[in-house]
Amino acid sequence: MASVGIREVRKSFGSTEILHGVSIDIVDGEFVTLVGPSGCGKSTLLRMIAGLEGVTSGQISIGERVVNNVAPKERDIAMVFQNYALYPHMTVAENMAFSLKLKNAAKAETEARVQRAAEILGLVPLLSRYPRQLSGGQRQRVAMGRAIVRDPQVFLFDEPLSNLDAKLRVAMRAEIKELHQRLKTTTVYVTHDQIEAMTMADKIVVMHDGIVEQIGRPLDLYDRPDNLFVASFIGSPAMNFLHGEIGSDGGPAFHGKGGVSVPLNGAAGAGGGTPVVLGARPEHLKLSDDGFPVEIVVVEPTGSEIQIIGRTPGGEEIVANFRERHAFEPGQTVKLTVEPNLIHLFNGETGKRL
Amino acid sequence: MRSMVEGAPTKEKRMASTTVAEAPPRPPLAKRLQESRGFLSFGFMLPAALLLLVFLTYPLGLGVWLGFTDARIGRPGIFIGLENYEYLWDDSVFWLSVFNTLLYTVSASILKFMLGLWLALLLNENLPLKSFFRAVVLLPWVVPTVLSAIAFWWIYDSQFSIISWALIEMGIIDHRINFLGDPTNARASVIAANVWRGIPFVAITLLAGLQTIPQSLYEAATLDGASRWQLFRYVTLPLLTPIIAITMTFSVLFTFTDFQLIYVLTRGGPVNATHLMATLSFQRGISGGLLGEGAAIAVAMIPFLLAAILFSYFGLQRRKWQQGGGD
Ligand SMILES: Nc1ncnc2c1ncn2[C@@H]1O[C@H](COP(=O)(O)OP(=O)(O)OP(=O)(O)O)[C@@H](O)[C@H]1O
Ligand SMILES: [Mg+2]
Repeated sequence: MASVGIREVRKSFGSTEILHGVSIDIVDGEFVTLVGPSGCGKSTLLRMIAGLEGVTSGQISIGERVVNNVAPKERDIAMVFQNYALYPHMTVAENMAFSLKLKNAAKAETEARVQRAAEILGLVPLLSRYPRQLSGGQRQRVAMGRAIVRDPQVFLFDEPLSNLDAKLRVAMRAEIKELHQRLKTTTVYVTHDQIEAMTMADKIVVMHDGIVEQIGRPLDLYDRPDNLFVASFIGSPAMNFLHGEIGSDGGPAFHGKGGVSVPLNGAAGAGGGTPVVLGARPEHLKLSDDGFPVEIVVVEPTGSEIQIIGRTPGGEEIVANFRERHAFEPGQTVKLTVEPNLIHLFNGETGKRL
Repeated sequence: MRSMVEGAPTKEKRMASTTVAEAPPRPPLAKRLQESRGFLSFGFMLPAALLLLVFLTYPLGLGVWLGFTDARIGRPGIFIGLENYEYLWDDSVFWLSVFNTLLYTVSASILKFMLGLWLALLLNENLPLKSFFRAVVLLPWVVPTVLSAIAFWWIYDSQFSIISWALIEMGIIDHRINFLGDPTNARASVIAANVWRGIPFVAITLLAGLQTIPQSLYEAATLDGASRWQLFRYVTLPLLTPIIAITMTFSVLFTFTDFQLIYVLTRGGPVNATHLMATLSFQRGISGGLLGEGAAIAVAMIPFLLAAILFSYFGLQRRKWQQGGGD
């Protein structure tokens, strides 16, 4: 096991820069997820840690060692690819034993390690099958088995669950998490699914267009997003945003389009007249007579809660969740408020949290 | 597949109708035939089967028949049983041609395989001007055989050979090489010409095969600690075997039946050292006019060709790892 340090790393393909100076510190034994929209450079960063891509500038270290110029096979990392990359001409057992075979490990030792990994992953009855004869979830487990057998310093996962159906994905999510708790191997896990990131990680790195937007524990990102991007990316359904400014008259309050007004804590207020964006999570919106009006467009009961999608007088979309079974009707107008200490305020120009 | 899919709803309809009418009506014959898989596939195969029958089986049958007669050009022969074969059995030139054909096929195929694989691996790297080189590699194959044979004829000419000239200029040898006049040299020369001509086919098909191997397998193996040689040995080679098998079967068949190169370069000489079964058959049958004997030599090639095909069919069939569920 080892820590991983990524310092001011940049990556260019030809003349286009893909990563614009990324710094991440990963502690020994930590489970870190890299999350972000498609094309933001997650896979590229992971492949750079693995050594499959060169580093244009900056520094990557594993443990104490700077690995910029260390060959992939000397880095002692194991990677699980999105398409699993199982060797089609080898059985499950041979796939898992391949790295040991290349190291000329003793036969008995190899067998013991394959057997142990197969037991952890429930692959024992499949050991003599070929990859073509396996289901997607089984292949995924073989890919993990191949990594476990290596007993590496660091595990790298590149969207390993994206080929699986929803149910299997949830099951494998728990399995990977459990595996990490058992092995305590430093893990970097790439995903574009924020639920996966939230549920599995000790620490989440939110990336966007080749930069790191925020690094933090899952609930910290949820409760205190640093900027508008993180606020909108983390959480499902996404946070509601109202555009407006801080009122200077009377007590501190937010004044939005169409006469929407929301009272604020004094502490949250910035200078009067500055353009701001107010963020409120759907589950933090409450019915209240002195709230702002929202015209309901769609009502979606999910059983455990009722979700409404509505519009403010200023034409901004609002999503709200209620645990109580209110009888909402489309076309009806309700009044909603947010508790001042649950409100997120962002600078309207820079998007930074106020 | 199609007929099964189409068949399903009719069956359901029939089951539904039984509740109304007592006896389900038997669909008309034309419809049943339309939905029968066997009949359909037979229908689709018929044109191809007819073509094969007319253009392949008939000439082949005629050849085999001629082998049992003493036909000459311009004179229909009579059936003489195995006489032609008995004669060939004691004919040392025939046995020499069998030896020559095997030597030619085996050494040319091995060389074509090794050089072709090497070239394919090279072309699969990220070279500058990649597509240009790929096009150039195809050239020997695109040029008509007779044309390239004539070019080789000049290259191997006892007076004007460019190879002799270059080696003499460089001071490596002091007299011209007798390429086609000496039995050993002549054999090596025709093999070299055949290899030159056959490499593109092997290289381009193997290159196509190489490109079906996913890059991520190489990356995974690299992370597993494989060296470049181990990547080749444990990833490239096993995954390429099915393509190698097919390519080399074809290559062996082409080489075994080669005629044009030899005919232009040496006509089987010197002293029959380069006579292949195909050229000997032509020489005896057409040039010498002994149609029956020529046909018998050609028929004698069939067992060898069948053996090669059976070997590739049974020995190099789809591997176990290729079978079973798809993706
Ligand atoms: N070999 C390459 N050459 C040029 N550009 C590349 C190369 N590999 C990736 N890119 C570019 O780098 C950017 C980041 O790609 P990357 O694969 O890291 O995205 P990602 O975050 O993993 O996205 P996804 O979630 O879709 O997998 C993309 O814009 C992509 O087009
Ligand atoms: Mg990716």
